[in-house]
Amino acid sequence: MSFMPPDFAPASSEIFMLIMVCVVMLADLTVGQNRRYVTYLLTQATLFGCAVLTFSSFSNEVVLTFSGMFVDDTLADTLKLMTYGTVSAVLIYSHTYIADRGMLRGEFFSLTLFATLGMMVMISASHFLTLYLGLEILSLSLYALVALRRDSVISTEAAMKFFVLGALASGFLLYGMSMIYGATGSLQVTEVAKAIQNGVNAKEVLVVGLVFIVAGISFKLSAAPFHMWAPDVYQGAPTAVTLFIGSAPKFAAFGFVMRLLIEGLEQMASDWQGMLVILAVMSMAIGNIAAIAQSNIKRMLAYSTISHMGFLLLGFISADANGYSSALFYVIAYVLMTLGTFAMIMLLCRNGFEAENISDFKGLSKRNAWYAFITLLLMFSLAGIPPMIGFYAKLAVLQAVVNAGFVWLAVVAVLFSLIGAFYYLRIIKFMYFDEPETNEPILLNNDVKILLNANGLAILVLGIFPQALMGISLYAIQNSM
Amino acid sequence: MSFDFPLLSLIIWLPILFGVAVFATGHDRNAQLARYIALTGSILGFMVALPLYTQFNITSTAMQFVENYVWFERFNVNYHIGVDGISMPLILLNCLITPLVVIAGWEVIKERVSQYMGAFLVMSGIVNGVFSSLDAMLFYVFWEASLIPMFLIIGIWGGPNRVYAAIKFFLYTLLGSLLMLVAFIYLYKTSGGSFSIQDYHQLAIPLTPQILIFIAFLLAFAVKVPMWPVHTWLPDAHVEAPTGGSVVLAAILLKLGGYGFLRFSLPITPDASHYLADMMIVLSLIAVVYIGLIALMQADMKKLIAYSSVAHMGFVTLGFFLFDAYGVEGAMVQMISHGFISGAMFLCVGVLYDRMHSRQITDYGGVVNKMPIFAAFFMLFAMANAGLPGTSGFVGEFMVIMSTMKISFWYAFFAALTLILGAAYTLWMYKRVIFGQVTNSAVEELQDISKREFVLLAILAVLVLWFGVYPFPLTEVMHATVDQLIVHVNSSKL
Repeated sequence: MSFMPPDFAPASSEIFMLIMVCVVMLADLTVGQNRRYVTYLLTQATLFGCAVLTFSSFSNEVVLTFSGMFVDDTLADTLKLMTYGTVSAVLIYSHTYIADRGMLRGEFFSLTLFATLGMMVMISASHFLTLYLGLEILSLSLYALVALRRDSVISTEAAMKFFVLGALASGFLLYGMSMIYGATGSLQVTEVAKAIQNGVNAKEVLVVGLVFIVAGISFKLSAAPFHMWAPDVYQGAPTAVTLFIGSAPKFAAFGFVMRLLIEGLEQMASDWQGMLVILAVMSMAIGNIAAIAQSNIKRMLAYSTISHMGFLLLGFISADANGYSSALFYVIAYVLMTLGTFAMIMLLCRNGFEAENISDFKGLSKRNAWYAFITLLLMFSLAGIPPMIGFYAKLAVLQAVVNAGFVWLAVVAVLFSLIGAFYYLRIIKFMYFDEPETNEPILLNNDVKILLNANGLAILVLGIFPQALMGISLYAIQNSM
Repeated sequence: MSFDFPLLSLIIWLPILFGVAVFATGHDRNAQLARYIALTGSILGFMVALPLYTQFNITSTAMQFVENYVWFERFNVNYHIGVDGISMPLILLNCLITPLVVIAGWEVIKERVSQYMGAFLVMSGIVNGVFSSLDAMLFYVFWEASLIPMFLIIGIWGGPNRVYAAIKFFLYTLLGSLLMLVAFIYLYKTSGGSFSIQDYHQLAIPLTPQILIFIAFLLAFAVKVPMWPVHTWLPDAHVEAPTGGSVVLAAILLKLGGYGFLRFSLPITPDASHYLADMMIVLSLIAVVYIGLIALMQADMKKLIAYSSVAHMGFVTLGFFLFDAYGVEGAMVQMISHGFISGAMFLCVGVLYDRMHSRQITDYGGVVNKMPIFAAFFMLFAMANAGLPGTSGFVGEFMVIMSTMKISFWYAFFAALTLILGAAYTLWMYKRVIFGQVTNSAVEELQDISKREFVLLAILAVLVLWFGVYPFPLTEVMHATVDQLIVHVNSSKL
């Protein structure tokens, strides 16, 4: 019996990432604080290298390796490329912010890259254990990132909360997975699907396992009623880290749901559909209504995220490729909007001044008409007003929901998004209708300026020409099922 | 008729491009440049819309000036635009009002001029888009997008309570339109994946879904028109909006609702329309009579005109649900004429407000002694608002009342009350503001209207009289379309 080495090629970008994280960590030890930009550039180069590797081996078919524990397909490659882009944008946006606050250290970069590695593993996992592994790499890095400002009480508290609740959620997931293993005798995603299709004896065990898995997923997605960590973590974490938590991991979470619920447990759609309906409606209700009462903008955006996650879950309810691609489109649109919004918050921060409150947006249109306009686009997009991209995301999801016969659910969803429109309008009100409290000019580096303009205009331009992005979402889903 | 030049696209996008150019002038030190670009853009916008009238084939019932391109395939959405006899006059009205609004804000707006002028131009293009869309999704995008500039106009340049009014305006309108979106998506599903409005017209739908779709449309359009009891946003928005904003709201944005009934509710859900016609007629009559009484009680001039708008728009919805060519045409004439008259009334109040900074009727009195030319114009518009024969205000109301009489004497009786109520609230206000002794020392200081204001009011005065005496140019273009619409609405789709 000879040992056959597994095919490493499909995982080349993950391997490259792992090596480079070590390189970044070591390299950072050798540079002084005043030459920290070397670490920054090395990190960006790593992401770029991963993108090149993933892109050059872009796969149009489903390739399994490591005894079926790892999968490389169109969906995985698409999500990974978007993750690299998002992480890279996060680093560009937060560079000045972390430098001003003394967090420009090697840890920030290596933890970010580790988190990215975790996301990549989650996206490419085709085995429940690989999924769990990726999730933990991501989560542990995020806990540490939240606590990065160690002298801040609120950050530490947020990190503790995040850790405790996250660990609980991981426990749920593991428990659910073990039940599924008990019922089907396998942890490999496609094997599980096959076993369920052939019929299992202990249907009850399977359903209970499913409940735990859905609960775990809801924790990670911050869907109500498992959302309690999100507002505290969003508020407590340094804004740069909030930006990171709020953006890139959503792709991984989407991949996570796809692998677990769709590829593994699609046969049980009739069971999880009902759960998702409840989660979605609760998220939209709690998210939108609680957001109205917030005066801290990061907290408000956390509740807004909860409501958006509710909308996202609606996309899965139809349980067909049309719905999944709508959900993917929603995630892409959502991440674009989140990036822009948090970048805008960091833009208002100065050395020694933390923009935390909605009222910090007061009179922005008089201080800087252009950035006020970009925020206007972002807010209308989050509220789902055409011709911004957020509208098409909602349209796609609603279309999938109606197609699946849940017209009432679509009505509920639009009514909650009406409530949601109010708090986005409130930010516009502060920007346009009120007088500024400070005349401090808004200073930006050129790279941030270019990226922010591109990000803001993408909200509008992709809204006017949504075809390309919709096409990509549909292709990625259809080609991987 | 083939017409290769993309005229409609030009009518939609030219004002928007000029609007962007106006935005680009930026700071207030370029205010004069912004004003001139805005004026050029709005006048060009009107000029390019004229061929729509001259080249229009009045015998055809088909859509004209059609352009159809794929917009995004994923949901089979097309950039499909065209006009018929219903939408064409409304586009012309919009293109005509835009330069007037620009001129009206010429000296009055001193802060953030480029944003003000640009917002009106962009809105003008968007509204043209609403009137010419033949694809439901395109329609929806334009429809919602039109909220954004108006929201900013009310919120930035409005009166003391502007924030409340702006948010109320936005959320109220959004409520209606979101349900319309669900209706569109439902129709998309039942039609087998089409967003074409003309496909929807032919789609057979059972009565229960028809009624639900009708109600979804009703919420969207009734809020916009606005019908009683969802009219409460209008007085707030009007009172707080700057003069130009009030003019556009009354003259143009309210017409979007009326247009929606003709383009969507009646032809897509004809059976539900018949089924619920009595309810619609009663709601319209409540608007005419009850809101007329409320208007009588107003102490604020703008509020009074706002309520009178609601009452007049009640005639429009009344005319639609009589299912009679005469009634629909009367309602259309009423929409156009209300565009002129309410626009003119708001401009008149604006003239007074710019001088006195008060809209309270009691602050005035004896204005005729100081502003005789203005008083003459105001008289004409007040008479037109009251529906005096010889002004355009009479034509539409008379046609609708005639048509109502065919259905029921009592409906017609209540509708005709408007002639009394309209005269009462308008002329009573006129008397208190214009005649009498000068009691307020500020009135003593008043200057008569400037050349700029004279031009504005004169253009509207000519139109009001012209269409009052000779409405034929207006009715002839809509005959064919309205006749076909009535035939369509009166044949069941069940």
